[in-house]
Amino acid sequence: MPSLETNCGGIKSPNPFWLASAPPANSGGQIQRAFDAGWGGAVWKTLGVPIQNVSSRFGATNVRGVSGAGFNNIELITDRSLETNFKEIYETKKKYPKHAVIVSLMVETRDEWKDIIKRSIDAGGDGLELNFGCPHGMCERGMGSAVGQEPKVNQEITSWAVEYSSIPVLVKLTPNVSDIIPHGLAAKRGGAHGVSLINTIKSIIGVDIDRFVPEPRVAGLSTNGGYCGAAVKPIALHMVAALAREKQFGLPISGIGGISNWRDAVEFLLLGSSSLQVCTEVMLRGYRIVEDMTEGLTDYMRSHKFEKLDDFIGKAIPAYSEWGNLDLNYETIAKIDPSKCIGCHLCVTACQDGAHQCIYPQENTRVPRIDESECVGCNLCKIVCPVPDCIDMVQIQNGLPATTWNQHVNDGMKLRPKKGAH
Amino acid sequence: MAELPRDRSESVFGDYKGSYTRDAALAEANRCLFCTDAPCTQACPTHIDVPQFIRKIATGNVKGSARTIFESNILGMSCARVCPVEVLCVGKCVYNDMHMQPINIGKLQRYATDKAFDEKWDFFEAGKDSGKSVGLIGGGPASLACAHELRRFGHKATIYEKRPVLGGLNTTGVAPYKMKADRSVEELEWILQIGGIDIKTNTEITVDQIPELEKKHQALFLGVGLGIDTPMKVPGEDLANVHGAVDWIEKMKTSRVSVEGMKHAVVVGGGNTALDAVREARGLGIDRVTMLYRGVEAHMSGYGHEWKAGETEGCRAEWQVLPVAFEGNGKVERVRCIKLDAQKKPIAGTEFTIEADLVLVAIGQAKLRDFTNAMAGKKNVFAGGDFQNGGKEVVNAAAEGKAAAKQIHEFLMGGA
Repeated sequence: MPSLETNCGGIKSPNPFWLASAPPANSGGQIQRAFDAGWGGAVWKTLGVPIQNVSSRFGATNVRGVSGAGFNNIELITDRSLETNFKEIYETKKKYPKHAVIVSLMVETRDEWKDIIKRSIDAGGDGLELNFGCPHGMCERGMGSAVGQEPKVNQEITSWAVEYSSIPVLVKLTPNVSDIIPHGLAAKRGGAHGVSLINTIKSIIGVDIDRFVPEPRVAGLSTNGGYCGAAVKPIALHMVAALAREKQFGLPISGIGGISNWRDAVEFLLLGSSSLQVCTEVMLRGYRIVEDMTEGLTDYMRSHKFEKLDDFIGKAIPAYSEWGNLDLNYETIAKIDPSKCIGCHLCVTACQDGAHQCIYPQENTRVPRIDESECVGCNLCKIVCPVPDCIDMVQIQNGLPATTWNQHVNDGMKLRPKKGAH
Repeated sequence: MAELPRDRSESVFGDYKGSYTRDAALAEANRCLFCTDAPCTQACPTHIDVPQFIRKIATGNVKGSARTIFESNILGMSCARVCPVEVLCVGKCVYNDMHMQPINIGKLQRYATDKAFDEKWDFFEAGKDSGKSVGLIGGGPASLACAHELRRFGHKATIYEKRPVLGGLNTTGVAPYKMKADRSVEELEWILQIGGIDIKTNTEITVDQIPELEKKHQALFLGVGLGIDTPMKVPGEDLANVHGAVDWIEKMKTSRVSVEGMKHAVVVGGGNTALDAVREARGLGIDRVTMLYRGVEAHMSGYGHEWKAGETEGCRAEWQVLPVAFEGNGKVERVRCIKLDAQKKPIAGTEFTIEADLVLVAIGQAKLRDFTNAMAGKKNVFAGGDFQNGGKEVVNAAAEGKAAAKQIHEFLMGGA
C-alpha cells in the first residue's frame, strides 16, 4: 500500500489533500467534517481584523452546459471574531492531532503580526500561511496581493513572521504578477519554509447582459474578484513549475489552483508540489470528493510502483524546458481510426476553420480524409473528437536528425520542409 | 458444487440490454448530476452510493467505482443485470422530472462490475477469526450476501443447499435474456473467494434437523426461499406438458426443456414469473404465446415495462379469464376458459377454449410455513430473502442478507 504521508515545509499530514483557506475552511465544524471525510489538512480561512462581507459574493463560468468550470469570488477574510476562530482551532487540533491545521493570516502592522502569530501558535496551529495573495478588497487596504506584488514588502513581513513563529511559515503568493520567480525568491529571503500558490487571479467572471452590470452583482454594482476553479489549473501549473525548476529557489511548494480530482493532484505533484490545496471543487461538490482523490492517487502510485510521494514529486520538472530546446524535426500527423469514427465531422470543421486545412469530408463514407502532406500535427482534431482514442497523433520518420531552433541558429542545422504554410 | 451442462435451453437467448463500451460509459457517466442524498440511492434496497460510483467511472477510477457498488451490494454484478431499474434507481433519477433520458444506472453498474470481474479485482478480506460459526440454510442471494458479510466480521459460515449448485433463483430463475445461469455461478464463486465459507450442496435441511444444526452453529440464517409452484387445482393438471412455471424455468436454465413441434403456449398468471415465462416461451421459438390473467391489464402485479417488452416480442394476453380445465389425450391440447366479470366472478355461458401444447402455471409459490414456525421465538435464528419477504427481487434478498449478517454479528458478539 503506497503511503500518502505528507511533509510540506515541515507541516505533516496523513495525505496531501488540504482544504485551501476559503469558505470550506471557515469554521471548526466544517473542517472537522472534512477531516472525517478524509481530508489530510486544512488552511483556516484567513484571520485578521474581522470584516463585513457583501451579498452576493460568487460567480461562475458555464461551459457547454456545465456550470463552474471557472469560478470567482469577492468574499474577504474571516468575518468571525478571532476569539471564536482560535477557540475552534484549539478544539479541532485537540480532536484531530494528526491532521494539519494551518492558520492563514493577514494583518497590517508588525505588532498585529506578532500578536496574531502568538495566538495562532497558542491555539495549536501546525503552520502559518501568510496571505499575500487576495486580489480584491483587502489589497485596496494595503494587504493581500498588495504585499505579494512588492517583493521588498513580501520579504519584510515574511521575516517578521519567521522571527515570531516557532512553527513553519508558508507564504501564499499571488499570480497577479508578470513573473512569479522574484516573488518566490523574496519569500525565501524572508526566511519562509515554503510557499503556497496560486492565490486567485484578478477577474471579472461575467456580465449580467440585461442589467448591464458585471457579476457577481451587489445591488447595481460589482467589482473584480478572484478567479479560481478547474479553468485556472494551467496557469497554476505553470507558476508552480516555474518556481520548482528555479535553481535559486528550492523551497517546498503547496500547490493550489483548479485541483478537482486525483489526476489534477498527480499533475501538481509531478511539477513539484508537495501538498495540494483545494477549494472550488469542494464548494461545488462537497467534502466527499476526497474519497476519489485519495483512492485515485493511491491507485496511480501503485500502478507506477511509487511507495511514497517523494518518489515522484517534481518528476516532470526535467521535461519542462524552453521552446528553443524543442526538436523542430520531430514530426507527427493525425490518424483517424475508421472503425471508431462516428462521422460527426467535428474534426473537419476544426481543421478547416481553426487549424491548417488538411482534413476533408469524403464521398460514400462519413469518415474524413486527412491530407498527410499538409497535416502539421497540431492536435486540434484530436481535442475536438468526441470519441476517445479515435484520432491518434502518430510520429512519422522523416529521416532528419533532431534539431532545435538554438542549434539551427548557432550551427546551421537543417530543418524539415514546412507543412500547412500554404 | 456441480458444473452446469453447456447445452442448456437458455443458451439460445441473447443479451437484451447489452453492455456499455468504455466510451459509452464515460459519456453516460459525465451526464450524471452527482445529486446529494440521491433519489437513485434511496430507491436501491442496498443503498448503493450511485452518484459516487458513477463519478468514479467518469474520472477513470473504475476500480473505486466497483468497490463502491460491492461495498453496499456484493451481488452488484447480477443486480446490474436483473434489477427492475425502471421501478427502482432509474425510475427515480431526477432527469425524469426534466423530461430527459434518465441516467442508465443499471448499465453503468454493469460496466463497473463486469470490469471488476474481468480484471479480477478483489476488495474484501475476511475479518479476524471470531471462533463463531453460522449455518445458512439455502444457497440463494440472501444467504450468499449474509455469508460474505459474516466472513468480513470474522465468523465462519456453512451454506446448506439442497440443489447441486448455489445461487438459488439467481442461478435457476432469472430470465436468461437478463442473465444466464453460468454468470450467476461465476458471481458466487467470486463471492466465495473471501474464503472460510463451507459449501454443502445436495444437502437438504428439513425443519426436524434444525435442532441438530443449532448445536453445530451459534446462529442460523434461513434463506430457504419459497416452495413449489401453486397448482391450479383444475381437471387435467396432470396431463403431460402442463408445468409449474418456476419448475419449468429451472429446467430451461439448468438443463433442457423440449419445445419441439410446439406451436402454442399458454401461461397462467399476471405476476413477474408469468411475464418471464411468456417471453421465455416466445424466445424459445413458440409461435403463439398467450398469457391468461384473471384481472385487467392495469391490475396485474407484473411490471408494466416487462409486459410492454413481451408485447413487442409478439406475446398476447387474454384479460379477465380463468382456466377451468386442461384438456387433451395424455398430453395437453387446449385450455378451457371462462370469462370473469369485474369482481373476478365467472360469467355463465362464456366458456371458450384456446389451443395449447404447453401450459405454464405461474400463480404463485407455496410459503414454507414450517420453517417460519420452527424459527418462532428463537433469538439465534435469522432469516431473509424470498422466505422472509414473500418473494421480491434479488436486490431485496441481498439487502436483507447483509442486514441479517449485522444482526447476527451483534447477537454473537453481544451474547458472548
